[in-house]
Amino acid sequence: MSSADLTPLTEKGRGATADKTFRVVTLLSGLAVLIILAAIAISTSVSAWPAVQDQGLYYFFGTEWAPSAGKYGIVPLAFGTVLVSLIAVFISVPLSLGIALFTTEVAPNRLRRPVVTVIDLMAAVPSVVFGIWAFYNLLPGFQSVFNSIADAVSGIPILNSIFGPSSGSAYMSAGIILALMITPIITSVAREVFRTVPVNDKSGALALGATRWEMIKGVVFPHSFGGLTGAVMLGFGRALGETVAVALIIGAVPNITTNLFAKGETMPAQIFRQLSEASSIFRAALIGLGVCLFIITILVNISARRIVAVVDRRVKGD
Amino acid sequence: MTDLKTAPAAPSRSETFEALTGGTGSSLSGGRRFKDGFSTVMFAMSLVLVTVPLLWMFWDVLRQGLEPVLNLDWWTEPIPGDVVRSDLAGNADLSDLGFDTGETVDPDSVALGMQPAIVGTILTVLGASFLAIPIGILGAVYLNEYGKSGRLASLIRFMSDVMTGVPSVIMGVFIYTVWVIPNGVSGRSAWAASLALACLMLPIVVRATEEMLRLVPDSLREASAALGTRTWKTTITVTIPAAMAGIVSGSLLAVARAAGETAPVLFVIGFTTATNWSFQGGNTTLSAQIYSQQQNGGPLATQLAWGAAVTLIGIVLVTTLVARWIAKRYTID
Repeated sequence: MSSADLTPLTEKGRGATADKTFRVVTLLSGLAVLIILAAIAISTSVSAWPAVQDQGLYYFFGTEWAPSAGKYGIVPLAFGTVLVSLIAVFISVPLSLGIALFTTEVAPNRLRRPVVTVIDLMAAVPSVVFGIWAFYNLLPGFQSVFNSIADAVSGIPILNSIFGPSSGSAYMSAGIILALMITPIITSVAREVFRTVPVNDKSGALALGATRWEMIKGVVFPHSFGGLTGAVMLGFGRALGETVAVALIIGAVPNITTNLFAKGETMPAQIFRQLSEASSIFRAALIGLGVCLFIITILVNISARRIVAVVDRRVKGD
Repeated sequence: MTDLKTAPAAPSRSETFEALTGGTGSSLSGGRRFKDGFSTVMFAMSLVLVTVPLLWMFWDVLRQGLEPVLNLDWWTEPIPGDVVRSDLAGNADLSDLGFDTGETVDPDSVALGMQPAIVGTILTVLGASFLAIPIGILGAVYLNEYGKSGRLASLIRFMSDVMTGVPSVIMGVFIYTVWVIPNGVSGRSAWAASLALACLMLPIVVRATEEMLRLVPDSLREASAALGTRTWKTTITVTIPAAMAGIVSGSLLAVARAAGETAPVLFVIGFTTATNWSFQGGNTTLSAQIYSQQQNGGPLATQLAWGAAVTLIGIVLVTTLVARWIAKRYTID
């Protein structure tokens, strides 16, 4: 026997090169994800640099975003983005948990599939459709409801600064529509999380005489807390980046205010509205908004996914 | 508890039960029973609170947008360029302010067409699919067949998940910086939009395909290997075909997502009112038209926006339902 025969069968003959080539091709395709993410970070940062150079620290800490005056402080836009997303999460979380509990604990089997289908279809509706629907059909209603709330609380010190007069386009309007849009993702992750609760624990609680609600409170919630945190953060991340629907109904006024019914603006909406017409510093400043948004959403998503992954591992027991 | 109450039990047992529970059929105190019922009602309410707006929206969109779509012009005619002029023609306020509102165009004579946007949507999504689906499938093959739980594969898997959460507008900004700015005006094209949408679709395809490859039983791979087949050939002729239904369905979901996107498309695609079958030169999509017609604002433009919304929802929902149907029909269990 010659030493050549000791090489494994898979590494000699005509097919060996094909095998190696295929492996390299698949590896490169897999790396595409990492390459694109790195390319996004690098190319957008480079294009945004002139704005940071021009504005200095004002770019990050300036409280005025006024392109016509050459002032590009991102704080009002960042404020708007976070505010709208928080409103959306506050509205969406109870709804999503309710739906997830309804499908996992309450609904009979034959009702479960249609409910899941409806929620999935909701996730498929394009953002721009939510946007024009809300713009044409909801804003007038929002305006009158917001204004009557504002009138009702106008004499009460703190409430009257939170619920002020409105023209319909508002942080609150955008938050409500965003809530509808992030409900499918929170619901579907929450459903997965609830499904990992051991049946034995649930049956045990019921056998001890707990009602369904007591079982949910005592067994399902404590067991799902970590996973639900991840679900909520995923929804929050989605809300941060949602663009068109928000752009159509938020009013396009960069605005730091306590009045939830006032017009506002978010980072993605501002990019979307202005980028195609902008040039020089303004364009760089808009791309810079993209960089900030990219970093924020990457961080939110990484933490959310880590939480979900850790919970997953704990449940599977390895 | 309710099961005990409603189950048809033998009389003697039921009597015992009644005696034990004081005749009410339940030993629950009022407060606990109320909380339980209340929570159940709340769960159902949350479903109603979310489904009602959804159905309401479908109804509104259909009511306002179905009419132009049912007309043949919608599918064959260019987007009317004189929409704005026609909408402004009757605007007395503008005339009073001294604006020249131009010659009157009779709204009834305007053919409401949307062919350019329909073609543009198909073109951009096809381009994106040709880029993202093969790369995504091959990437998933690496994750599941080679990388497995290795460090690099885990990193790619994790970052794919994270990338699905990156806002779509960022993909547009990315393509804007690497394609549109260097290429100037001619950089704005269906191709640029395809690139942006491909970035969006890639992680979705990777994750969906990997999930499906994982379901393919190892015995199939081993049987193929035992016959002396190379890994690459096993993968292409055995593993991928076995997972095909899931891969197709996952890819279709990515296609549906891409077709509905506006944010990454609007500022990289340029502009056209005539049908453009080429990847080069300005183009438009249904989603972009919905936004820009809404911005135009007049009654005819609004009709165009609603019509485009109906068309887009139709395309997206049909794709999604087909994907779900394939997944359900052909899944290997």
